[in-house]
Amino acid sequence: MLLEIKDLVKTFDQPGGGRLTVLDVPEFLIDQGQQMALIGTSGGGKTTLLHLIAGLLTADNGSIRIAGTDLMRLSEQGRDRFRAACVGYVFQTFNLLPAFTAIENVRLGMTFGPGTYDPRRADELLAKVGLADRADYKPAQLSVGQQQRVAIARALAGRPKVLLADEPTANVDPNSAASVLELIRASCRDENIALLMVTHSMDIADQLDSTVRLEDINRALATSC
Amino acid sequence: MSLLRIAWRNFRHRSLSSFLTTLSLALGVGLVVLVLSIYGIISEAFVRNASVGPNLVVGAAGDGLQLTLNSIFYLSQPIENLDYTDYMDFMSEQQRSDQVERYGGDPALAEEDGRYYALLGGGYAIPLALGDYFGSFRLVGTTPDFFEKLRHGPMVDQEFTMREGRAFETFNDEHGYFEAVLGSRVASVMDVRVGDVINPTHGNPEGKLHSEGFTVVGILDPTGTPNDRAAFINLEGFYLMEGHARPAPEGQNYEPTIPPPADWPKPLTIPEREITALLIRNGNLMFAPIMSNMIKETKTRQAVAPIGEINKLMSVIVGPLLTALMVITLLTCIVAAVGVLVAIYNSMNDRRKDIAVMRALGARRGTVTSVILIESLLIAVIGGVMGWLGAHLAIWIASGAIEEQTGIQVGFWSTSFYEWLVLPLVVALALLAGLLPALSAYRTDVGSNLSA
Repeated sequence: MLLEIKDLVKTFDQPGGGRLTVLDVPEFLIDQGQQMALIGTSGGGKTTLLHLIAGLLTADNGSIRIAGTDLMRLSEQGRDRFRAACVGYVFQTFNLLPAFTAIENVRLGMTFGPGTYDPRRADELLAKVGLADRADYKPAQLSVGQQQRVAIARALAGRPKVLLADEPTANVDPNSAASVLELIRASCRDENIALLMVTHSMDIADQLDSTVRLEDINRALATSC
Repeated sequence: MSLLRIAWRNFRHRSLSSFLTTLSLALGVGLVVLVLSIYGIISEAFVRNASVGPNLVVGAAGDGLQLTLNSIFYLSQPIENLDYTDYMDFMSEQQRSDQVERYGGDPALAEEDGRYYALLGGGYAIPLALGDYFGSFRLVGTTPDFFEKLRHGPMVDQEFTMREGRAFETFNDEHGYFEAVLGSRVASVMDVRVGDVINPTHGNPEGKLHSEGFTVVGILDPTGTPNDRAAFINLEGFYLMEGHARPAPEGQNYEPTIPPPADWPKPLTIPEREITALLIRNGNLMFAPIMSNMIKETKTRQAVAPIGEINKLMSVIVGPLLTALMVITLLTCIVAAVGVLVAIYNSMNDRRKDIAVMRALGARRGTVTSVILIESLLIAVIGGVMGWLGAHLAIWIASGAIEEQTGIQVGFWSTSFYEWLVLPLVVALALLAGLLPALSAYRTDVGSNLSA
């Protein structure tokens, strides 16, 4: 298995005191190259789960193993380094840095990992997403669909082992959504990258290898219901 | 992609804010550099002007600084006059004998070397007679030795050269004792050329015009010394102007044994003569302290080292001024640094999401902190360099006026030592100012800002 989650628990402080358990996942597995959709109700903890897998948050209990590395045993710096080298992230709102051009945004995706900086790959990725002629455009000069394509290229820049996509088609028009989805799927297939995509669309979920409902793996939701 | 490039992109992205912050810092640095440069020019002018060759100035007992300012810088008023025999104390027996024969004086003066002659050791003593003016410029009565023996320049090795004409002579068949040489600035301000006749005023610039006219025979090249702002006349001519002869004491009415040139006024006798000061250069500088002490022991005379007096002036007046300038510099730099802090800190709200994205891409807390500090550094370096260049551009533009007023030649690259402290100080303070927003970047919560 590429991604193995065991007995994962994540809680947050509540404004009124006490702690709220958001995630309680006994087991969650993704194989190398597998493309999985994660669906569930809003506020159910999908984004929190992605943040935990990316090492942006730390769990209270349990383990998250990616390619044999237990994130819970890594220091914050170790998780940063691991994320730069092994995890790609596509956001719903693209999150391109407005100060940088399209090609620079892609290069940022390979800047912070150890030995991952490869400007030629950045050029190739931008060409792959069909934006070679927009390399020097700032995000504000690109359409919404083009911005998401740049964000995909950026997420792939560091040659990740797993790509986390948080509703990547939610903010683009239906035509662009189809091409964005196909771009993500094809890229992950070409580079044998595991894909975990959060979506509310069953149409999209149906196009991936498998679909998991968060309510089915998260005991915290079952308890609250 | 390097952190410098990331910081530069951020700097350019907020171009107006970055420009205004950098401009305010540049103005602060420019002001400081300008003030320090002017201080450097003034202090260099003082030290340089005190280095025209003489290692001692001899005058009537009194304030040594006043004597120096009066004799070297042609500022302030003379203390008291010296006897002409004080000048003869630096002459050999032969020279004294020649003086007695030429002008008339006590024969006893011609019987031995002057008391300080041996200590002069091959150096020189040049008399100055001050008190009159040409326009607003000081008139200096002296001998041709002034131009022949004094030196100027940073190494005090440059001879006085004439832009036009020649040095005056003790006696000239055409002009007699009445020849003058003008400093470069005097000639340009008073619009006088070689061949013109000038008439000094007595006692002050508005004093009575002397009827005796002096023919200008030479105009000095600029020297960067107070001599550019002085009009020099032959000492013998100075003595012959109305009101300059001292009444000879009772029983000291002498006649020269060498008849004076016909058709010209008879020179004053030695008892009728006075001088204001003597510029002394010892052939062997080791004799200078002995000579100085011997002169001080007379109680009525003093010998001071002009460099020493100027250094005292610098430490008493200019030193505290420098301290004040340094405090102003520090305050200006702090104000500029606070400007940097405010500008970057205010931008932090806009860039928290960018920081969170960079963290999501694998940037460590230390990396995003470094980006903020580098951005602060960029503002400091660009602002500092712009300020330095602006100040030196201003100095370069004003260089003509500065040279005209002070004689100091300054160029675009003329720097004072203290300037070199400004840039590191600004950089250090800007880094300090960058710490607060950098800390904010360090603490940025990734999860909440990614979703924002």
